[in-house]
Amino acid sequence: MTGVAAVPHVELRGIGKSFGAVHALTDVSVAVQAGTIHALVGENGAGKSTLGKIVAGVHRPDAGELLVNGRRVDYRSPRDALADGLTIIAQEPTLVPHRTVLENVFLGIEPRRGGVLQRRAMRRRYDELVDQAQIDLEPDLYPRSLRVAEQQKAEILRALARDVRLVVMDEPTSALSADETERLFATTRRLRDGGTTVIYVSHFLDEILALVDTITVLRDGRHVRTAPASSETAETLVQAMLGRSLELTFPPKAEPAPDAPVVLSVEGLASAGIVSDVSFDVRAGEIVGLAGLIGSGRSEVARGIFGADRPDAGTIALDGAPVRIRSPRDAVRKRIAMLPEDRKAHGLLMLRSIVDNISLPHLSELTTGPLISRREERRRAGELMRRVDVRAASGSASVATLSGGNQQKVLFAKWLFRQPRVLIADEPTRGVDVGAKQAIYELIHSLAADGMAVVLISSEHEEVLGLAHRVLVMRGGRIVAEFDRRSMNEDAVLHAAFAADATEAGAEG
Amino acid sequence: MSVERATPLPVGRSRLPDLRIVRDYGVVVAFVAVFVTLSITSPFFLSWANLKNLAFQTAPVGIMAVGGTLVFIAGGFDLSVGAVSAFAGICAAKMFVGTGMGLWAALICAALAGLLVGVGNGLLITLGRVNAFIATLATSIIVNGVSQVMTGGNLVSVDGNRFTTLGLGTAFGIGYPVFVWIAFALGAGFLLTATPFGRYAYAVGGSAEAARLSGVRVNVVRAATFAVSGLSGGIAGVILVSEVSTAQWNANTGIEFDVITAIVLGGTSLLGGEGAIWRSVLGAFFLLMIGNGFNLLGTSTQWQYVIKGVILAAAVSVDAWARRSRR
Repeated sequence: MTGVAAVPHVELRGIGKSFGAVHALTDVSVAVQAGTIHALVGENGAGKSTLGKIVAGVHRPDAGELLVNGRRVDYRSPRDALADGLTIIAQEPTLVPHRTVLENVFLGIEPRRGGVLQRRAMRRRYDELVDQAQIDLEPDLYPRSLRVAEQQKAEILRALARDVRLVVMDEPTSALSADETERLFATTRRLRDGGTTVIYVSHFLDEILALVDTITVLRDGRHVRTAPASSETAETLVQAMLGRSLELTFPPKAEPAPDAPVVLSVEGLASAGIVSDVSFDVRAGEIVGLAGLIGSGRSEVARGIFGADRPDAGTIALDGAPVRIRSPRDAVRKRIAMLPEDRKAHGLLMLRSIVDNISLPHLSELTTGPLISRREERRRAGELMRRVDVRAASGSASVATLSGGNQQKVLFAKWLFRQPRVLIADEPTRGVDVGAKQAIYELIHSLAADGMAVVLISSEHEEVLGLAHRVLVMRGGRIVAEFDRRSMNEDAVLHAAFAADATEAGAEG
Repeated sequence: MSVERATPLPVGRSRLPDLRIVRDYGVVVAFVAVFVTLSITSPFFLSWANLKNLAFQTAPVGIMAVGGTLVFIAGGFDLSVGAVSAFAGICAAKMFVGTGMGLWAALICAALAGLLVGVGNGLLITLGRVNAFIATLATSIIVNGVSQVMTGGNLVSVDGNRFTTLGLGTAFGIGYPVFVWIAFALGAGFLLTATPFGRYAYAVGGSAEAARLSGVRVNVVRAATFAVSGLSGGIAGVILVSEVSTAQWNANTGIEFDVITAIVLGGTSLLGGEGAIWRSVLGAFFLLMIGNGFNLLGTSTQWQYVIKGVILAAAVSVDAWARRSRR
């Protein structure tokens, strides 16, 4: 097999791909060696996901050629790629919801005899796969009851069941906790050691450095360099990605005035069957961080306050006076703003223009008689776009054409229209590139400095620690720890978040 | 080296025409193409009399297509306008004959009966949580039944020419229905583009959850679009009945499919969140123009349906491919 090793498992030559007027990839050439973990890194919009999807047959390149085991191929669909043993585990898992894990894993390749399913053979094969990958997953569960990490496990098993030789993992850890990430890494390494090639798309640099063998950096759809992971550091990668040196820094924390009044007061909130007995205050100018694992109830607290879910119990007071918020409409009127976790599905109308998105909750303030005053609308939206620095050709560009960072800024602009009293930001920097992250940090900081009460939810602990004046840690739907500026540190927050396996978390982190 | 000899495969796609342009302006291109073709091939097509007549014939479907466009944009679907239009026709005839109501009062009340059915649809779909397709199917069955009960299944005839004032009256040689259509389309277009309600309709159809989290009363907006669609069925029904002076429960059976065809041909998406009134106006015109062309050219009318069906399928296919190329 030594002769074969010289032939890359996958080789991309001069690949180009455009979506409409946007050049996602230009003249990219990369060789991926068999049996290695090869990372594709870059800012959002650098083209790393697109490249991964081309390998897996999801996208077809406009230019250049794709070679698999030295043979030129032209995949017209993921099915074609799968026939060659190439597949992708997408950012959002793609399991059939009403079939069990077992049925999903063998979907389309069910062992059968004379058209009859061999359920027992299927089980046996499942056990073999589970053994081979050291993945621990109950076969009879339905995907809806699984966490993202478990759905990914099912996807990995599904790939293995099809004798896949190369797996593209597209941002696999963006929705995983630290612990789950660690386990995914172990699985990934085992895959590699078993001879499977892994193309790993991510923008978590520390993860990549810990996991992969080779790193390809992309910038603005072009290849920057491909080098062994051992020769790279987080700094060199960031520099290559940005073409300039940029360190993520948090603005200096300005404590809210000691006599700053309490703006938002939550008492005994129970919501969505997940959150129970959550109470906290947020003062004017204060940023309160909600930390915790995915599924610990942070988003449900946000949604409960905002009226997106009808709370089961609890009272909410604004400026000391109890208020009833039964729908997001009530919350908007009371000048509470929420940037939802899922920006694309719940935050923005992707097909509509930037201006339409910004003005949507505030049209009642923009009407003269029955009419929307277009000029006023454009003026206000334009002001807000400048304030949060949305980079777009014009306000009439559709939101779908913007990068993740700019989409998030549009969401900020939308909610700053009415100068909210309370701003709840749920994962405001998820899927956002480094430059935009920095801008969002500064924005949140300046909003608080202007006297807004801010609730910040983030799965990136450094973000919560870097920005918040106080950190509340949630676990199992309750607030289990509170840290002020002096007592907060990553170790303590992690301990509180994991608690149940505190020793393990402590040992790893 | 164990490298296989491989036959080079062409990678990438040849420059196909951009499907999004075909989708966005396809109706315009197709409309102009058919219009020009018919103008050349038929000596009668491009005459004032024929075009006037064409607009007159299109008006009822066109009015309902305008109402239906609002529903589509807000992410709904309305199958009941055919039944509603017949029902409104019966109401108009019965009220005019039986109650001694003034003509215009009877017509307006009948059109409002359509609005009422639309409100019913809206409630069923929002508060009742019934899928729009099924809900409007159910109401159309119910409305058909009510129409039969009201008429005993018989034809309702109205004597005298006064009843046909709306349907057959003209101003500047153009039938009143055409003016009603224009007014309704302008009103709906205005509602859609210039008022908050229009923005909300697009928002609800684009992402109901995003709209809700922006403080939009999703159910109210949805129900309102069905109410407008019901009203459009009522108006169309009143026009149709006053053209012929007879009302029958099954007079307009199947017309709802012409309406849906017109909307889709225009390029308004079934998936919601996108679309425009002018599209459906053009779509309706296009649809009727094909029929008109067949008649003028003396081709057998049966083939019309084949062609209409093929065009509809092609329009939806182009839409789907255009969406795909956006990935």
